[in-house]
Amino acid sequence: MLQSNAAIEVEDLVREFRKGPRAVDGIDISVQAGEIYGFLGPNGAGKSTTVLVLTTLLPPTSGRASVGGYDIVRQSAQVRAAIGAALQEAALDTILTGREHLMLQATLQGIPSRERKARAKELLERVGLTEAADRRVGGYSGGMKRRLDLALALMHRPRILFLDEPTTGLDPQSRAALWEEVSRLARDEGMTVFLTTQYLEEADALADRIGIIDRGKIVAEGTPTQLKAEIGSPSVEVAPADEQDTDTLAELLTRFGPPKRGARGSVTVQLPGGETELAEIVRLLDQHDVRVETLQLHQPSLDDVFLAKTGRKLEGAGAA
Amino acid sequence: MTRQTSLIEQVGAVARRSAKGVLRQRALIIFPMLFPLILFAINGSSLSRVTELPGFPTHSYRAFLLAFPFVQGAMFVSISTGTSLARDVETGFLNRLALTPLRSEAMLFGQLGGAFVLGCVQAVVYLLVGIATGVDFVSGVGGVLVLLTLSLTISFAFASLGGLLALRLGTGEAIQGIFPLLFVTLFLSSATLPRNVIGTAWFREVATYNPVSYMVEGLRSLVIQGWNAQALELAFGLALALAAVSLALARPAMRSRLARA
Repeated sequence: MLQSNAAIEVEDLVREFRKGPRAVDGIDISVQAGEIYGFLGPNGAGKSTTVLVLTTLLPPTSGRASVGGYDIVRQSAQVRAAIGAALQEAALDTILTGREHLMLQATLQGIPSRERKARAKELLERVGLTEAADRRVGGYSGGMKRRLDLALALMHRPRILFLDEPTTGLDPQSRAALWEEVSRLARDEGMTVFLTTQYLEEADALADRIGIIDRGKIVAEGTPTQLKAEIGSPSVEVAPADEQDTDTLAELLTRFGPPKRGARGSVTVQLPGGETELAEIVRLLDQHDVRVETLQLHQPSLDDVFLAKTGRKLEGAGAA
Repeated sequence: MTRQTSLIEQVGAVARRSAKGVLRQRALIIFPMLFPLILFAINGSSLSRVTELPGFPTHSYRAFLLAFPFVQGAMFVSISTGTSLARDVETGFLNRLALTPLRSEAMLFGQLGGAFVLGCVQAVVYLLVGIATGVDFVSGVGGVLVLLTLSLTISFAFASLGGLLALRLGTGEAIQGIFPLLFVTLFLSSATLPRNVIGTAWFREVATYNPVSYMVEGLRSLVIQGWNAQALELAFGLALALAAVSLALARPAMRSRLARA
């Protein structure tokens, strides 16, 4: 039974395409109000199909979902009123200017006519497009289009925001600006954000909780910390100053676990006791007069989580 | 904070966008307008002696042929409207609009705003070309106004057909592929020869059953005959019928595209 207090509630949702695979294969998701939910997976995993279904643009094959407390099939108009969405392709009219897009959106979203210009101006300022507001969108960069797309999604002050791979193809500066705005929306305005991404870094930096989807199924879910903790302990990689010390180094580190040798004489070992064992390693190396060039602590990453759950690395794991 | 906008307001907003799309792309206006004018110039001079055929209704072939660019221009409007709508489907812009409370009727009628602008520009230019080349409008100033109205009605009808095709086919390439068929219907009509003068029996038969013939003849009647109520009734009636059928079929298609869940 769906709970009405969650912002997004999904139960055994399935979407099949004719002559195609099950793009979404029985997923369950619960996103609380004000939460940023990262939906992480490679290309073709089912992320965008899930977004299209939850935004009422694609009917589900089976299962149930509610968004903003409304059923996505029976109450699609109410769902649409409650959400804003920036879909994977920033679908904009290249002939119109940024401001004209916002004015059209304001009219269609029912913003009172006396407020439209002010609202458009406010949103243009917020996404940093004031100077480009009266230029045709055809001349915008990818980052500018994404920012305009976000502004359009926010026009009617939705409670829930769907962002489908919002930073794909963006330069680091544009990506950072978009991250900042998404964080601000959740933090200051209490907006619920459902964000799909194929970037581990993005999910790690933005999301309160992450669902990892692969081949239409959710393979792991939790906070970034929980997910990494599931994988186990951190590891330390030590590179000796003198490569001749590699054997000694490997022998010393054996007491923590089986050492793995790497490039330039480096040795990596898991730390079952966590990073607190780092101090002990430093003391041990000092006692045996092993000089160290670099010593790096590696926390488990979401990529390790993906690898553990699917047997593949996230990078390049797109559907064949 | 927000309220449901009226249908008229929605139509106006979408129509403004559509009209800007036409006005800001000169190629959309100039080339579809030039082509019928080139054919008008070529046929007007090379076929001028057909007026000597017994039963030909006028001594000026240019006056006879002037209806041709009006109808061919309207056919270009259908392609332009259809391509523009199909592009919205392909780029996902229609999905963006689908996430707003936009009514399907507003999207459909609004999209015809660009067609209206294009139709107006074309009709005025063809009229001026007619005047500049010495065509005498037998029905006078009132007839010219009716000619413009009929021309816009025919453009509206073909634009509605273009919209229907776009919603059914969903790609600009498919719309472009339809254009030769429209062209054929124009050439298999009484656009270049009056039906009573067409010598080939099958051609005359096809032209008689071809509704485009009656649209052409309605326009032409105002130029060379004066006030011919039957010709005008048929032209307006068929154009409005084409628009009505196209819009009736397009409406559910638009509805399903805007509300797929």
